[in-house]
Amino acid sequence: MSNLLVRETQKLIKAQGSLLFVESVPGVKYGEIVEVELSNGEVKLGQVIDAGKSITVIQVFGGVSEVDLKKSKVKYRGETLKIPVSIDMLGRIFNGLGKPIDNGPEIIPEEYLDINGAPLNPASRLPPTEFIETGISAIDGLFSIVRGQKLPIFSGSGLPHNRVAAQVVRQARVRGKEEKFAVVFAAIGVPYDDAMFFIENFRKTSGLEHVVAIINTASAPIIERIVTPRVALTIAEHLAWNYDMHVLVVMTDMTFYCEALRELSAAREEVPGRRGYPGYMYTDLATIYERAGRVAGRKGSITQMPILTMPDDDITHPIPDLTGYITEGQLVFSRTMWLKGIYPPFDPLMSLSRLMKDGIGPGKTREDHHNVFMQLISSYAEGVRLRELSVIVGTESLTPRDRRYLEFADKFEREFINQGEYERRTVEETLDKAWEILAVLPEDELKKVKPEQIRKYHPKYRVSLPVQRTE
Amino acid sequence: MLKGKIHRVSGPVIIAEGMHGVSVYEVVEVGHDRLIGEVIGVEGEKAIIQVYEDTTGIQVGEPVYATGNPLSAELGPGLIGSIFDGIQRPLTKLEEVVGFLIRRGVKQPSLPRDSKWYFTPVVKPGVKVSSGDIVGYVQETEAVKHYIMVPHGVHGTLEWVASEGKYSIEEPVMRINGKDISMLQKWPVRKPRPYVEKLEIKQPLVVGTRVVDFLFPLGMGGKAAIPGGFGTGKTVSLQTFTKWSHADITIYVGCGERGNEMADALHSFRKLIDPKTGRPLMERSVFIANTSNMPVAAREASVFLGVTIGEYFRDMGYNVLLVADSTSRWAEAMREISGRLEELPGEEGFPAYLGSRLASFYERSGLVKAMGSPERVGSLTIIGAVSPPGADFSEPVTQSTLRVVRALYALDVSLAYRRHYPAINWLTSYSLYTEDVSKWWINIEPEYPTLRELFMKILQREAELEELVRLVGADALPVEDRLILEVARMIREDFLQQDALSLEDAYSPPLKTALMAKAIKLFYEKAQEAIKIGVPFEKVREMRVREKIARMKNIPFSTPQDQLITFFNDLYKSIIDEFNEITNEVESRVQSSRT
Repeated sequence: MSNLLVRETQKLIKAQGSLLFVESVPGVKYGEIVEVELSNGEVKLGQVIDAGKSITVIQVFGGVSEVDLKKSKVKYRGETLKIPVSIDMLGRIFNGLGKPIDNGPEIIPEEYLDINGAPLNPASRLPPTEFIETGISAIDGLFSIVRGQKLPIFSGSGLPHNRVAAQVVRQARVRGKEEKFAVVFAAIGVPYDDAMFFIENFRKTSGLEHVVAIINTASAPIIERIVTPRVALTIAEHLAWNYDMHVLVVMTDMTFYCEALRELSAAREEVPGRRGYPGYMYTDLATIYERAGRVAGRKGSITQMPILTMPDDDITHPIPDLTGYITEGQLVFSRTMWLKGIYPPFDPLMSLSRLMKDGIGPGKTREDHHNVFMQLISSYAEGVRLRELSVIVGTESLTPRDRRYLEFADKFEREFINQGEYERRTVEETLDKAWEILAVLPEDELKKVKPEQIRKYHPKYRVSLPVQRTE
Repeated sequence: MLKGKIHRVSGPVIIAEGMHGVSVYEVVEVGHDRLIGEVIGVEGEKAIIQVYEDTTGIQVGEPVYATGNPLSAELGPGLIGSIFDGIQRPLTKLEEVVGFLIRRGVKQPSLPRDSKWYFTPVVKPGVKVSSGDIVGYVQETEAVKHYIMVPHGVHGTLEWVASEGKYSIEEPVMRINGKDISMLQKWPVRKPRPYVEKLEIKQPLVVGTRVVDFLFPLGMGGKAAIPGGFGTGKTVSLQTFTKWSHADITIYVGCGERGNEMADALHSFRKLIDPKTGRPLMERSVFIANTSNMPVAAREASVFLGVTIGEYFRDMGYNVLLVADSTSRWAEAMREISGRLEELPGEEGFPAYLGSRLASFYERSGLVKAMGSPERVGSLTIIGAVSPPGADFSEPVTQSTLRVVRALYALDVSLAYRRHYPAINWLTSYSLYTEDVSKWWINIEPEYPTLRELFMKILQREAELEELVRLVGADALPVEDRLILEVARMIREDFLQQDALSLEDAYSPPLKTALMAKAIKLFYEKAQEAIKIGVPFEKVREMRVREKIARMKNIPFSTPQDQLITFFNDLYKSIIDEFNEITNEVESRVQSSRT
């Protein structure tokens, strides 16, 4: 409709960072997309971030470095940022703005969707309850993921977050079900080889045909970084709500996203919040992370696993802090564990899944799951406390009970958390292993599990199989 | 109607021109889609408007319509069991109309106009009535009788009152001085509803969580804050309080928080049966959901909407509990709007009026004598969650909140990492209601003040000793102190820890709480005596009865009182018996060594 109207201006007033101040045209819309035509014919996209009667502020994707105020032209498109979506996007690779970069054909759109989406009506949401078995004991046993959840990995530089995320993608399944699934992978400002690590991994295992990859590498314009996760989620929503697919969205690295946000905020000369990050970063991140869930009347679901590297391993840094306030738990990596040679190097005490309680238990995993989880964590916490104590006072001054806790904590790390990168454990195997390790402790210390569960699952009471007896 | 034009759009803030005569806090409709907004500043003929819906695509030059009314809540039958967004749009209805995504510009009346309610009058025409008088009621749900009151500002002779029967909320049910009045009332959300007087708080609002009820009781009509870093269990605690509290009505305000959490709360409130009424909790609850991805400006509206609905039920004589999760998100919204207005920022970019705005919310709590007859007392208790960045309580929102509230439940990251839930730190939390409600507690358990004091003393002593233990080890401590450490552990693990998911212990009735406390005190006293006469400390530590004490919390809360008392009397007896056993052993050894 707006194509009929000529809405363009050549009166460019000021260019700064990624912002362009231009004279307004009548009826400029907040959030509308503009084309900045450079003197050499190149066209850059931009978005209106402040629509005034006389002056419009435009944020230019790719920066304003080559914009010549005298010779450039700004065309208003009259529309907000929309991307074409289609089921054919599966198996393809796109850039941060949703353009194919794999030399394949253009996408024939089924629909054009606004990348900002629209908030899910809280009353239409279904609480996530379907347990996803990842085959990783630490996750399944201690911080289970359910469909529709958003559970980030808080990592540090040099830690194996990409390998763990790839293992989750490779192994995750819902027990006893064969359903349509898809993975949407968004690389945000990561080095090219990190992005390719995932692509290769997908290619080798489940096949690329289940995957939509959105790649915004470190060398791409920073402003595209803001758009990348939104493009990924818009595609995910199309697959989940219109094609009944269970979509897992992996986004790495959200730290680069937040840094891009800070850079833009500084360019807009906004009042900075903590550590220079904009005050609205919580809300901004929420508009990304909240695009996960299940809704009544639709079969599909969106589960998110964002990955972020904590600057200086600091969990109170605004990026992990605000993320943790929005997501439903967090999987925290520990450098200490990694140095001990433990893979995946989860910190069992700092990691948490808020939605676990609804996904486990009788009919879902096993009836002792909740109690075993509580017992493992509280006993491990006690073990860690005593370990710290023993560093100061020496192991000799510990009671026999305390020493058993130390043994438990070590065994828990080495045998339960530690696992092969290609090893898949069923949830039963995970829970049985947990009982084996709990057997290190005196029975009367197992207060979180029920007596009848002890009798049923504790190795001491389990009838051994004849085969084992002959050993 | 006054009509202006959009001059500038910057996110949720719009400047409109040609707005002569609008006033601050007046509701306006913005653009062709008629988005709901509120005037927050006027400069000549220009009005600064915050818009409660997404402004993307709004065009400069589009019309702005003034409505002449301040932002108001609709009050009347239909509130209970509803879920609203921040500007009281009925979310369940919106789903029917536009599907599962929230589209902007959709208008639906807050309360259903087509539902008919069975109205029963309780007064006869001809009498003089004034504001707040109860004229009749509607049994809104099995759990809630919705009283129909004479609106504020109306008084005179009740000329006519509708006879018993079904009416919609817009049909008149009474006539006062020639004016027809329906069950539907409107009230501006930013204005506190009037009452006769505030009363002194003397009763706790029992929430069924031991650390709150026993150590830091919440006053009925009180105000409390629950700050905590992420993962410390703020939301779980708040949900537990709302599920089990002794309030008649609960209002759950989800302000800038997670959508899945809201869905979880909604579903569990529909399923869970309220032990008091035998009906689903939903039948006495109101939900307000403005999740984090919904428009920022509506966060403030959601908080004031909640408090207005709370006051309305308080005026009927109910005890209302309102929880707001999280006030920090509201504060952040204030910061964002303030930034867009280019106001001079205060601490950490928050506006200078942060404190007074927060206070204007918490100050609407209270135990009051309501207006009108019959005479009645109602209360509104407010618990606000605070989400301090980096779990650092020195930040402005936590600090401003602490200046207004009278009880603090400080959630502690290190307790949460140790999976001590609820992770309410007993050393930093406090309640200024403890004294006020201790008489109430004494009626249940005469020893309450001594018990509480003893527990606090032991826990504080433990904290001191811990430092020492780190240096010299527990074995180097005198026996008395080692006993303190053991008993403190007992208090922490067997009394304060309470599993919100447990079928037996998610709720702890006051009597059970008191009886549990007495068991621990009994153990402590007996152990002191035993040690005095020379029983080795290891013997006491390894007593069999300790496991029984550890499992005492598992006695289901639904256990009838007499059985509960029998259970604990048995437990006390086992404690005494085993102590007799071990002391006798020692005494007989002493005797035999003498002979």
